[in-house]
Amino acid sequence: MLAWTIYLSFAGALILAFTPKDRPALARWLALVVALAGLGVAVAGFIAGMGQARTVFVDLPWVPSMGIHFLLAADGISRVLVLLTGIAAVAGVLFSWNIELRTHQFFAFFLALIGGVYGVFLSFDLFLLFVFYEIAIVPKYFLIAIWGSTRREYAAMKLALYSFVGSSMVLIGLLAAYATAGGHSTTLDALTHANLSPSFQMWAFPLVFTGFAILAGMWPFHTWAPTGHVAAPTGASMLLAGVVMKLGAYGCLRVAIALFPRGLDPWGFSFLGIDSWRTVFALLALIGIVYGALVALAQTDFKFVIGYSSVSHMGFVLLGLMTLNQIGMTGAVMQMFSHGILAGLLFAIVGRIVYARTHTRQLAELETMHLSKRLPFAAWAFVIAGMASMGLPGFSGFVAELQIVVGAWKVNPWWVAAIGVGIIVGVAYTWRALQKAFFSDRLPSAHELEHETKFAAITWPEVTGVALLTSVSLFVGLYPKILLDSIEPAVKALLAGGGQ
Amino acid sequence: MNFAELFRVTLPETALEITALIVLIVDLGFVRQAAFKTRVITASLLGVAGCAAALCALCLQARTGLYLDGSQILANNGLVTAAQIGILVMTALTLLLLICSTYTRHVGEFVSLVLMSASGALLVSAARDLLVIFVGLELLSLGLYILTAFAKHNPQSAEAALKYYLFGGMSAAFLLMGFSYFYGLTGSTNLYAIQWNLAQQGPSPLFYVAWILVVAGLGFKIAVVPFHLWAPDTYEGAPASAAAFIASVSKVASFALLITISQNLLQPGGLIPGPKDLVEHNLRAFYQTWPQLAAILLLLAAASMIVGNLAALVQTSVRRLLAYSAIAHAGYILLGIAAQRAYSGQGSAFNFFLTTTDPAARSASAVLYYALTYGLTTIGAFAVVAVVERATGSDHMDSFLGLHKRSPLLAAMLLIFFLSLAGIPPLVGFWAKFNLFAAVLGVSAGPAPFALVALAVALSAVSLYYYLQVLKRVYVLPGLDETPIKPHPVTLAVLLFTAASVIVFGCFPALLQNWIASF
Repeated sequence: MLAWTIYLSFAGALILAFTPKDRPALARWLALVVALAGLGVAVAGFIAGMGQARTVFVDLPWVPSMGIHFLLAADGISRVLVLLTGIAAVAGVLFSWNIELRTHQFFAFFLALIGGVYGVFLSFDLFLLFVFYEIAIVPKYFLIAIWGSTRREYAAMKLALYSFVGSSMVLIGLLAAYATAGGHSTTLDALTHANLSPSFQMWAFPLVFTGFAILAGMWPFHTWAPTGHVAAPTGASMLLAGVVMKLGAYGCLRVAIALFPRGLDPWGFSFLGIDSWRTVFALLALIGIVYGALVALAQTDFKFVIGYSSVSHMGFVLLGLMTLNQIGMTGAVMQMFSHGILAGLLFAIVGRIVYARTHTRQLAELETMHLSKRLPFAAWAFVIAGMASMGLPGFSGFVAELQIVVGAWKVNPWWVAAIGVGIIVGVAYTWRALQKAFFSDRLPSAHELEHETKFAAITWPEVTGVALLTSVSLFVGLYPKILLDSIEPAVKALLAGGGQ
Repeated sequence: MNFAELFRVTLPETALEITALIVLIVDLGFVRQAAFKTRVITASLLGVAGCAAALCALCLQARTGLYLDGSQILANNGLVTAAQIGILVMTALTLLLLICSTYTRHVGEFVSLVLMSASGALLVSAARDLLVIFVGLELLSLGLYILTAFAKHNPQSAEAALKYYLFGGMSAAFLLMGFSYFYGLTGSTNLYAIQWNLAQQGPSPLFYVAWILVVAGLGFKIAVVPFHLWAPDTYEGAPASAAAFIASVSKVASFALLITISQNLLQPGGLIPGPKDLVEHNLRAFYQTWPQLAAILLLLAAASMIVGNLAALVQTSVRRLLAYSAIAHAGYILLGIAAQRAYSGQGSAFNFFLTTTDPAARSASAVLYYALTYGLTTIGAFAVVAVVERATGSDHMDSFLGLHKRSPLLAAMLLIFFLSLAGIPPLVGFWAKFNLFAAVLGVSAGPAPFALVALAVALSAVSLYYYLQVLKRVYVLPGLDETPIKPHPVTLAVLLFTAASVIVFGCFPALLQNWIASF
């Protein structure tokens, strides 16, 4: 059933590409309907899949001579991430309601990207997964380059090239794994059980993991992320931070870790305390957490604050994966979901609600605008989103980060110290942005007062979008069991090997 | 062999030649006074009809090949037929592209030259004898030189033709020299006999010289570094349909020839018939020598990939960009031909041979798959470039500014073709690359081929940059001129057909693969 999310999105993209260009309203509603239909399918699939292990939707031989299958299936992890994609898609369409330029093309690219993302989460054949992974790259480029802002062409090209370089590394690893395993099949199960030699896994793992982690914003390959997020139009940055970065993390989990588990074994020697790829990537993740947070603290552009906070939060995901224990990896998937929702919300507030009215993202200029009084809706939405993002109990972020911390503690208590620093700085930069943008008491000059105009009223898509995202985060925070029941068995199966 | 036999086997080539004459007669005789439009349409439709007739002849005839004194001269089985059908289809497509062109008044001559070149291409892809190979190649090339020069009022066209001709003449000399050494060494012009003889006498310095000369000659045809210098100028200066023909048909024929040569000189299949001891001895000699021959090809492949992709980065003319990308693609394809499994010298050479036959056949079919799909995509790309060129007067990247407003359909087509060339799924270019690289790794596991495949994949990431440079102008940057561009309906039909094949073969890769395998 979940397979329909893919078909619906691509069909929607195709129809939108041929929608007359002078009917923007039609394009918007069409996109919203398609996104809602996708979300409906995702929710229904999530509910129907509760308590089940893996369900296979489609399994057709695609290229029989090479053992490539059109194999769509879902386990607990996929269902959660498909649900996230559905929510992010609807919210993304709602916050793109003000796109006037080439509207139908915008939503066509938007839905094509969404379709690719659904496809990655549902593919259990590596070739197919890779196809969807690449399909998602091209729309990103055009979304940013055509509808973006600050240095959009540079940011779009940078993002496309980073993505493509990452996917090339993945492709090399996959080709090697396929050829080494005998070239009979590309399904995930077949390759997982192909008994690839430890020495092969030892070099294939870092290659594929890094390839995917580039898209997950792993330090030091994260630089595409802030520039890309900032340049992208709001709907696209919501998708980028919300789901596209999750593609990378998902690939690390589903492909790199599942396929090459021996690649995480110790090398047999230790250099400055680094004794395996696992420590290498865990360290990079920790650096990402702290570095992202510190850089966010120093930003003057509101959107860059959120952009770097994404790098920091994705560090949590990668660290969770590197704990290789049940609770840490469950936390990582939880964090993917939580950050997908919250990053979307933050970008929506900064990029759409605030920017569309103030026409600036400079914190220094926002300081003088008294936004808490003039845009109370945005201020309170940001307070909620900021609290959730800091990891306050009651929101989704808390559950996720707590699990990652516990998982990390089990492996190496020192990791937790670094996480602690990251969390404290996280509070600081959120607080600083909140204070500067909304609750500053700096008085405007007489000149500024003169030019103070009344802001446009908050529109219904904005209210709906904020309500959707905050309520999801709150609901998951208060009742995390609904996702955990789905994620935990899948992670357990994946850790046990084989992913069955 | 008698002449009836010859006629039967070369029926498709004959059909093309006869059509070429008919086109000349009709154009110069019957419709000479007619309007230019009528003449173009008559000539190109007649040409397409000739291709269709050749196609029918090809499909109907028995696949036996042509033998002279027991040795095969023309093969007519396996990949040959698939390559020939591809050549005929592409020839028909380039002829249809001619319909809207205006650069020459001599359409009859143009069409008949295209047809003669195509018949040369058919011969080349089937030939199993050095002399036939050479005659076929010259028939193909001489036509191409003239076609390149056909835009008489354009000095670039003449310059391109002269360059192409001089390089081509030199490479033909290399090739002939290499062939003559092979003949001198073995006393035969038949490829099977050459391989058999060479394996018996073992490696000699002259043999390596001969091989290098042949590689240099063929390297020119497929434009691999360092024999690529003609390509950018020719692609830039030649009339669009001639350039499309050079980029597609000539490439497919040359790669079919390379497959032939690699199967008969680089694969030891021809050594198998014979007494068991002799076969074992021959195979051992073969496995000693041939890896070094393949190494030369691998070197050329790596150089082409690197030079082609890096040089394309700085191009501002889309045609030159396509030329450098063609050089890069030739490098990828050469990987598939050069990949060899290394024999350690332990155990029976015959048993080792048995393990290599399957992967070698698969790699050959992957090479042909790549060449065919690449040719098809390039025809599409050149068709779009030609339309834009006619509307704006230049093939500079900036001529493509705002194309999506001027003609959304053309823009979408260019998007499809370029993304396919960059290897983005679900378009056929991605599948062709995957298929080829998987075949290379399937043939030979080891650090060297793996490193080359890794290089190729990494460089296709680089290639995305320059394709996006054009697509950025098409879709992102604002255009200065917003008058709509209306392509000719026939051009549009060709574009739609090509784009549809690029998508369909990309989504259902097994279709074309099974089709190639069915011969």
